[in-house]
Amino acid sequence: MQRRAFLHVTGTVGAGLVIGFRLPDRHGVLPFAPNAWLRIDADGTTTLTIDKSEMGEGNHTALAMLIAEELDADWTKVKIGPVPENPAGWSRRMSTGGSTSVRTSWDILRKAGATARAMLVAAAAQTWGAEPSACSTENGVVSHTGTSHRLTYGELATKAASIPVPENPPLKDPKDFRLLGKRTHRLDTPSKVNGTAQFGIDVRMPGMLIASVERSPVFGGKVKTFDAARAKALPGVRHVVQLEATPWLGTGAWGVGTASGVAVVADTYWQAVEGRRALQITWDEGPNATLGDIPGRLASLASQAGVSARKDGDAAAALAGAAKKIDAVYAVPFLHHATMEPMNCTAHVRADGCDVWAPTQNQTRAQEVAAEAAGLPKEKVRIHTTLLGGGFGRRLESDFVAEAVRLSRAVQAPVKVIWSREDDTKHGFYRPATYNRLAAGLDAQNKPVAWTHHIVAPPILLKFGPLENGIDRTLIDGAADMPYGIPNVFVDQVAADLPIPLGFWRSVGASQNAFVVECFMDELAAAAGRDPYEFRRELLQAKPRHLRTLELAATKAGWGTPLPVGHGRGIAIAEWEPTTCAEVAEVSVAPDGTVRVHRVVCAVDCGPVVNPDTLEAQMQGGVVFGLSAALYGEITIDNGRVKQGNFNDYPVLRIPEMPVVEVHIVPSTDALGGIGEPSVPPTAPAVCNAIFAATGKRIRSLPIGRVT
Amino acid sequence: MPAYSILVNGRRRTVEVAANTPLLWVLRDNLGLTGTKFGCGIAQCGACTVHLGGDAVRSCVLPVSAVGTRPITTIEGLSPTSSHRVQKAWIAEDVPQCGYCQSGQVMAAAALLQRTSDPTDAQIDAAMTNICRCGTYQRIRAAVHRAAKEGGA
Repeated sequence: MQRRAFLHVTGTVGAGLVIGFRLPDRHGVLPFAPNAWLRIDADGTTTLTIDKSEMGEGNHTALAMLIAEELDADWTKVKIGPVPENPAGWSRRMSTGGSTSVRTSWDILRKAGATARAMLVAAAAQTWGAEPSACSTENGVVSHTGTSHRLTYGELATKAASIPVPENPPLKDPKDFRLLGKRTHRLDTPSKVNGTAQFGIDVRMPGMLIASVERSPVFGGKVKTFDAARAKALPGVRHVVQLEATPWLGTGAWGVGTASGVAVVADTYWQAVEGRRALQITWDEGPNATLGDIPGRLASLASQAGVSARKDGDAAAALAGAAKKIDAVYAVPFLHHATMEPMNCTAHVRADGCDVWAPTQNQTRAQEVAAEAAGLPKEKVRIHTTLLGGGFGRRLESDFVAEAVRLSRAVQAPVKVIWSREDDTKHGFYRPATYNRLAAGLDAQNKPVAWTHHIVAPPILLKFGPLENGIDRTLIDGAADMPYGIPNVFVDQVAADLPIPLGFWRSVGASQNAFVVECFMDELAAAAGRDPYEFRRELLQAKPRHLRTLELAATKAGWGTPLPVGHGRGIAIAEWEPTTCAEVAEVSVAPDGTVRVHRVVCAVDCGPVVNPDTLEAQMQGGVVFGLSAALYGEITIDNGRVKQGNFNDYPVLRIPEMPVVEVHIVPSTDALGGIGEPSVPPTAPAVCNAIFAATGKRIRSLPIGRVT
Repeated sequence: MPAYSILVNGRRRTVEVAANTPLLWVLRDNLGLTGTKFGCGIAQCGACTVHLGGDAVRSCVLPVSAVGTRPITTIEGLSPTSSHRVQKAWIAEDVPQCGYCQSGQVMAAAALLQRTSDPTDAQIDAAMTNICRCGTYQRIRAAVHRAAKEGGA
């Protein structure tokens, strides 16, 4: 990137300094078009606008910390502004996922802060007739060494705007950080304890109607008949609108994936729900009406040869010559995201434009989908990003946006679509179910010499079009890059074609592959008669980041020390590149088979840490997310429809089942990694390996349920 | 439609809605009090928790016709200055992540502390059955203990 293009003073707003700065663009340098702003007002308020959604992971606070650090801002005056409304005018796709917010903004935000600081210092030095090098900054104030001169950033903002933009402002040495690496309170907490935080579902505006949609219970089914008059006769019901299905599979684009259904649009949500109950819809259930037994279908495909995803040496020959051979089959179910805030979206389509208020992780796609649904150019669609009541990957989809825009267009009024919990559970984009056949060989010294992993799964990436080289790379994440030093490795994948919408679920493929790989590795250790921790250590000698993370978890957990009778410890490690996370779970199993997780010790190496408090919260939250899935999570498809509907039959962890989770951070200057996902994958295998240690029973299929 | 007169956060409000309308949707759609959240609609998750006559109740399954004369307190009415000891403890512990369930969590904790001034972990487990998908349970526990130490209202 050309340095001069990096930062420009874009003007003054009132009496203040506004700095526009470019974010790195995947397509290279574009003509200057500011797309994020650091703004300092005359009162010193420092506002940062950034293109990321806040869905709980604390990224807004972390991003603010990056810029505030280099700026030496007064942290009490830092605010996050609204997410920009026109993704089409942005220099990169606007989406939030993959634990990438801080990684992709680390350099650019620090440079922006440093540049603004240099300009403020220059403005102060000019004012005092001093050398900039004789000035220092702290807490939003420039001070002159040796005199009592001081000026606040607010006082300097207007003058600073006239200073030429420095080309290469120095960045701080990390040892001089005042904010980064320190426990810092989140900026959004106060609004989240008094009801003022605005989520998508909270959007209200004059003339707004509320919609509830009855969707085809069977994937791909269609509305045949319904009784609009019966619904319209009810109080508050204004419109009944039939919605056509749009496929979730794309052909080069990203499929929208809305179901065929009927919307009732009313003055209030409850009136819409009552109207929906009156519709008496009959369905053409279509070709998927008998779809079921997905685990059986996946297993039956396992006899097919897969597409090679990794081939080191000759695994087949090494297996044939091994002194000991271990075989196992592992399976995982479909999973739903189950965000606390059900899907919803508000849209207002007019002849000259469209406004969308959405709790979205994917503003760019939301705008594309909304534009198509509204029949307007993208630039006429503004996406207003609200807070997200959880995302976990579900809100990367834009089906709920399409519904709201179509309904607003149809009834010519602002419409908020609210999904019930049952709508949300039954019309998700699920984490794929997978079937895994594994084999490994040990030599006469009990060292692993061969590892094969045959994966059968429906590909998520078909939504973008045909698979590259026949592989869905998300399905092999954590499997093809299995970290252990084994000379002969073969990993392959069979793509199962299933008419079920699939999506990215917190930690994606690693969520299932860590379970499979780490539990099977435990089986190898047992077959070798070795301690599972020491066995892993030996095989991770070429992976220093993995090794030190594993060692920290084991040490902090007291690996090898005595446990109460009936308790067992299990260990597992996974990588969410480049972050490594290891967990040791302590578990007991009651006589009735109920699994109790007492303690989870989690070690993480994410490189430099922005906010240790948020890192700790994300690790704890990821463990809870992983435990919910491991213990209870299962979406089953029967007669072409999802059986589960609400938290009574899709249970998640609650406070009585909450173990003590201890988080330990590996001091690290290695590559910066994400923190939103890494603690999910090791949770299920750590727990299952602990169950084996406690009971001698292997869990090869999730959810764990009762161990009998 | 029948009219119902209910006392919400100290104010008398009259709404004309169907008798089976859950209090949650009266609060959100008719009164504009959106701090109380919709999570499940079947009293499973607790995102809709409000106080009814001082008790924590799940407003998504409470028909407005069943409210009667009992006063309702929502998250907006817990403290005029957001300085209830539970709110202060939640801020001190930085409990919320996405925050969507936290109105309900705060209301459940406030009701618990009203009855049980210094709850044990077991009492917290029994009273705080609200779901948090972000997994803030450990901090919720810590914040309830912190608020208990704080004492007062």
